[in-house]
Amino acid sequence: MKTRKKHEKLMLNSQRGFAYIVLVIISILCLFSFYILIINTTRSHPDIQKGFSLLPGKSFMNNLKNLLANKQLPVLTGLVNSFFVSTCSALLATYFSAMTAFAIHIYDFKFKKYAFAFILMVMMIPSQVTALGFIKLVRDMNLMNSFIPLTIPSIAAPIVFFFMKQYMSSVLPIDMVEAARIDGAHEFRIFNQIVLPIMKPAMAVQIIFTFVASWNNYFIPALLLNKSNKKTLPILIAQLRSADFLKFDMGQVYMLIALAVLPVVIVYLFLSKSIVRGITLGSVKG
Amino acid sequence: MKRKTKYVNYTKWGYIFLIPFFITYIVFSLIPLISTIYNSFFENYMSGLTQIGPKFIGFDNYSSIFFKSELPVYLKNTFVIWMMGFIPQIIFSLLLAAWFTDLKLKLKCTGFFKTVFYMPNIIMASAFSMLFFTMFSDAGPVNNLLNSMGLPTYRFLAEVAGTRGLIAFMNYLMWFGNTTIILMAAIMGIDTSLFEAAQIDGANSWQTYKKITMPLIKPILAYVLITSLIGGIQMFDVPQILTNGNGNPNRTSMTAIMYLNKHLYSKNYGMAGALSVILFIVTCILSFFVFRYITKDRFAEKVMKRKRGDSCEN
Repeated sequence: MKTRKKHEKLMLNSQRGFAYIVLVIISILCLFSFYILIINTTRSHPDIQKGFSLLPGKSFMNNLKNLLANKQLPVLTGLVNSFFVSTCSALLATYFSAMTAFAIHIYDFKFKKYAFAFILMVMMIPSQVTALGFIKLVRDMNLMNSFIPLTIPSIAAPIVFFFMKQYMSSVLPIDMVEAARIDGAHEFRIFNQIVLPIMKPAMAVQIIFTFVASWNNYFIPALLLNKSNKKTLPILIAQLRSADFLKFDMGQVYMLIALAVLPVVIVYLFLSKSIVRGITLGSVKG
Repeated sequence: MKRKTKYVNYTKWGYIFLIPFFITYIVFSLIPLISTIYNSFFENYMSGLTQIGPKFIGFDNYSSIFFKSELPVYLKNTFVIWMMGFIPQIIFSLLLAAWFTDLKLKLKCTGFFKTVFYMPNIIMASAFSMLFFTMFSDAGPVNNLLNSMGLPTYRFLAEVAGTRGLIAFMNYLMWFGNTTIILMAAIMGIDTSLFEAAQIDGANSWQTYKKITMPLIKPILAYVLITSLIGGIQMFDVPQILTNGNGNPNRTSMTAIMYLNKHLYSKNYGMAGALSVILFIVTCILSFFVFRYITKDRFAEKVMKRKRGDSCEN
């Protein structure tokens, strides 16, 4: 009996050790490329060409200065554009998705079932398959090189809606809305002043998700924006990729990638707990 | 005294709150969809500087994209690369989810590991791909490292396996964390008394996993598979940036959406339309399963209620 218990404990310990080894290896796989990225932003072009290094150099500020002074790549405008587009679409998507979820969750009307089923059905349709019609529409509306077609459509974000609906079902009892009505609150006021504060945790997670999605978006913006003062960061990266690569200062290349990646990573590291929790809420039932 | 009762009809508010969503959806998604389908029936492209068409040609675009273009090859590429990423993704996610939820194992620092594993998912795919391009280029850090360790260098982006492997590896890194978290939620949703019963019966962790966990998370595995497949069809940013849009070597890493992008750029709207419609139909079929999965519980409830009602009548 005693030996069996001992044996079991040994097994468990070796299993645990094995698990930790695998976890550490996978973590290294995840972090290795970011480590190289950060190291190489601090090294000068000749240093990078000379070979691989795990230690940082001293050219961080120099690389940053050179990149921002680069006339071919409007990096600063790109950052501002990306930030503007992502913020607008994140706010629009979150606010209006909460509103749509509110309509479906609280009110009872004839077409409610169909409206809900419709949104769920179109949820998985990717924007790429309607891109042709979208570009034609944008051209007809004279909105090429404008941020309107990159922000306003986020009002209809089925996936964000679905997340909001899931969350609302678990935190918003109809009695609360009814109580507010008895107190004489207008329906719009109920939504803005009672429902939205309750939805805060879900809103925060979704603002981050939609911001990141828009910040990283490449396919549609690349088809709509071709003026250099309107380009967003992913387009600049593609431009850098198609430029004559060998002539480029590698320190600047790594710096541009870092500028595109790091803002999101920093926000993520601060809020990772609620983000990780948010993924499960949105994707799987119950 | 007359009492004035005021009945407020709240129904209209349901509609009012739905207006922004539906107007936006109709203008920016539904009309483009219809226009895409409409355009797929027209000959409409640029030949040099001259515009050909638009002229109605029925299903000719479809037949030429199926039989005369390389779309079947690109669809195969997409599928192969997706599989190469998905297989390790699902294996590692199942393993990690099982470890993270194992009560006997009691792993520490799971929060840290989850944060690290999910991080690649929020990275800009195009920047990530550019980073891999620089790292794995012929004179990049990885080859430098191989060189300094005395190992032979490898021209990753000149080899089919190297290029496809890199794309699949990036897809794997970007998605395995997400899948792990979803599967963890599924496993934690299982009634703990089942595990306790198994423990009392003397089952070891592998037996418990095989006989209890696996069967109960099967529906979620199907959900993960299908959503990943839908995502796989949309594969674009990573191979586009890595290969500069040409899908080299020899177009073995050209995906369906990269092909669509090419047609959209060159203003070949007829072919782009036909290709979009084909991809749309494929996604619809796959989405149908996701839709069924999401709404299943509700349907099941209704069926149960109906059955109960029947038995009462009898």
